[in-house]
Amino acid sequence: MSTALLLVQTLNGLQLGILLFLIAAGLTLVFGVMDFINLAHGVQYMIGAYLAAMFCAWTDSFWIGIALTLPAALAFGLVLEMLIFRRLYGRDHLDQVLATLGLIIFLNQAVKTVWGAAPLSVPVPDLLSGNIALMDGLLYPVYRLALIGIGLAVALLLYVLINATRVGMLVRAGATNAPMVSALGVDIGRLFMVVFGFGSMLAGFAGAMVAPILSVEPGMGDNLLILTFVVIVIGGIGSIRGAFVAALMVGMIDTLGRAFGPQLLRLIMAPAAASQTGRSLAPMLIYVLMAAVLYFRPSGLFPVKQ
Amino acid sequence: MTAVRGTPTARLMRLLRSEARHAPALWIFAVLVVVPVAARFGPESFLLSLLTRTLIFAIAALSLDLILGYGALVSFGHAAFLGIGSYAVGILAAHGINELLVQMLVAVIAAVIFAAATSAVSLRATGVYYIMSTLAFGQMLYFFAVSLSAYGGDDGLTLAARSRLFGTDVLANDRVFYYVALVLLAGFYVLARRIIGSRFGRVLSGIRENPLRMRAVGFEPFHYQMTACALAGAMCSIAGVLLANHSEFVSPAYMTWQRSGELLAMVILGGMGTLWGAIVGAIAFLLLEEVLSGLTEHWKLILGPILIVVALGGRGGLAGAFKRLRQPGSDGGVA
Repeated sequence: MSTALLLVQTLNGLQLGILLFLIAAGLTLVFGVMDFINLAHGVQYMIGAYLAAMFCAWTDSFWIGIALTLPAALAFGLVLEMLIFRRLYGRDHLDQVLATLGLIIFLNQAVKTVWGAAPLSVPVPDLLSGNIALMDGLLYPVYRLALIGIGLAVALLLYVLINATRVGMLVRAGATNAPMVSALGVDIGRLFMVVFGFGSMLAGFAGAMVAPILSVEPGMGDNLLILTFVVIVIGGIGSIRGAFVAALMVGMIDTLGRAFGPQLLRLIMAPAAASQTGRSLAPMLIYVLMAAVLYFRPSGLFPVKQ
Repeated sequence: MTAVRGTPTARLMRLLRSEARHAPALWIFAVLVVVPVAARFGPESFLLSLLTRTLIFAIAALSLDLILGYGALVSFGHAAFLGIGSYAVGILAAHGINELLVQMLVAVIAAVIFAAATSAVSLRATGVYYIMSTLAFGQMLYFFAVSLSAYGGDDGLTLAARSRLFGTDVLANDRVFYYVALVLLAGFYVLARRIIGSRFGRVLSGIRENPLRMRAVGFEPFHYQMTACALAGAMCSIAGVLLANHSEFVSPAYMTWQRSGELLAMVILGGMGTLWGAIVGAIAFLLLEEVLSGLTEHWKLILGPILIVVALGGRGGLAGAFKRLRQPGSDGGVA
């Protein structure tokens, strides 16, 4: 395995990790602060991608499209919160699973009905198109690098928001002990709504950002949702820091496992069998990681509640 | 009801009254016995196929209710056991072992091993972490099935024929197959009731209510919960054996996380913690899917909101509604 390949795959892993973090950040807060299992977080990511595709096509500009997607995703999240989620806080986890599963089924079909079953594509903006030479003979798309940069910027912004603002303090307090925060006179319903809306917007933003490099299609959020769950469980539910670390871990392990797993297996197996087994066992790696983490630390790496 | 004196009569009445709680189950099974006869006057093979499928999922939902309703163990990876059962059929058949009973035995052993190994890890976690770890193990098995390139990998495996029962090919007959599934469902229902009524079942319910107190009086929750998971997994793997035989096809698609979610939906729709509710839920869910998909191509736009409404408003599911109907004033909560 060459250095160039390793570098490319590391960057790809980083990019997947950043993407996972953008989605997981909102989900872990909703989970941690409201003790609410939101399976529909993945479809909110999908909706973000569809909104971006629609707005970009309308306005013929990627940047205006993204700028329109953010408030639209926020509004969409708030509408869902008011119509459905508000009634589910404090309910049994099972009710939450069932309701959000129903929402997944509905929205996956709804985007198919509205935008058609065929995948949509969003052109990469001119400013970020093309490749950049990282080293001799190694080209990497500028857009993917930009994605990593934007993701890191958002992570930094979140860090400041959570650690240095009043709302952030309330969110942290809420994740540790929501009833106590409520008892101290904070309108917890309002706080939930803010957290939920913000989480939806982040998921929508992630969807919009990857729209140019992935195909926008129904069900695109389903598998990513499960990865996101793995991330927040490994990181510890409610912990942004945990989500960040775990997202990078999962992104790296998944990408590098898929890329180099077959080669490593070749050391102990016949080449053909190794490539087959490696290709298909690699997706199991992150679940093995999650099981191992849960075995040794049943509340994740950075537990919030004690 | 007039007062009954005399020990034998009183005992009989008590028995009847306790049976009355399960009267819905008797009605359900009575209908299920008769339905294939009625199906002869309609598109028989289509109806039989649909009904057999509902029976198979009823077994799966029943097994899930055993741990969900009585152990409060929200497993989001129960479909893995459907996969274990169907792969037991597919893999054994590929090696020339077609006997149903052998396949079932292997499926049960594999399911018990998988359940014991995974719950040894999952049960260390509680609440959301438990749900998520069962999901992770389900996904692990799913990807493992995808990786089984010798047995079809992602594409799955087509069976040459249904399994053989005692060396005969009676299962090829759809009617026979339906009744085999029905007998298994009824047998599992009775078994599940016996389990719930036994000392083991009471300990399990006690752990659901208060694990700390149960541990204090000397019952280690872990062992009971793990046994319950193994029992439920074994039961569900039999449903998997039937599912593979029903469609004469084995595929990783049987154990996606969406399928696990559907199983949960069936149990909640029917009303968990009643056993017969799970059966009704499975039947209602599959028939609903069938009817809605006949109505419109966009039927999921209707199914989704129905699930949301059930989750938001349906305390105790269909079983709860039935209870409220019979005893106005009762809240229809689960047992």
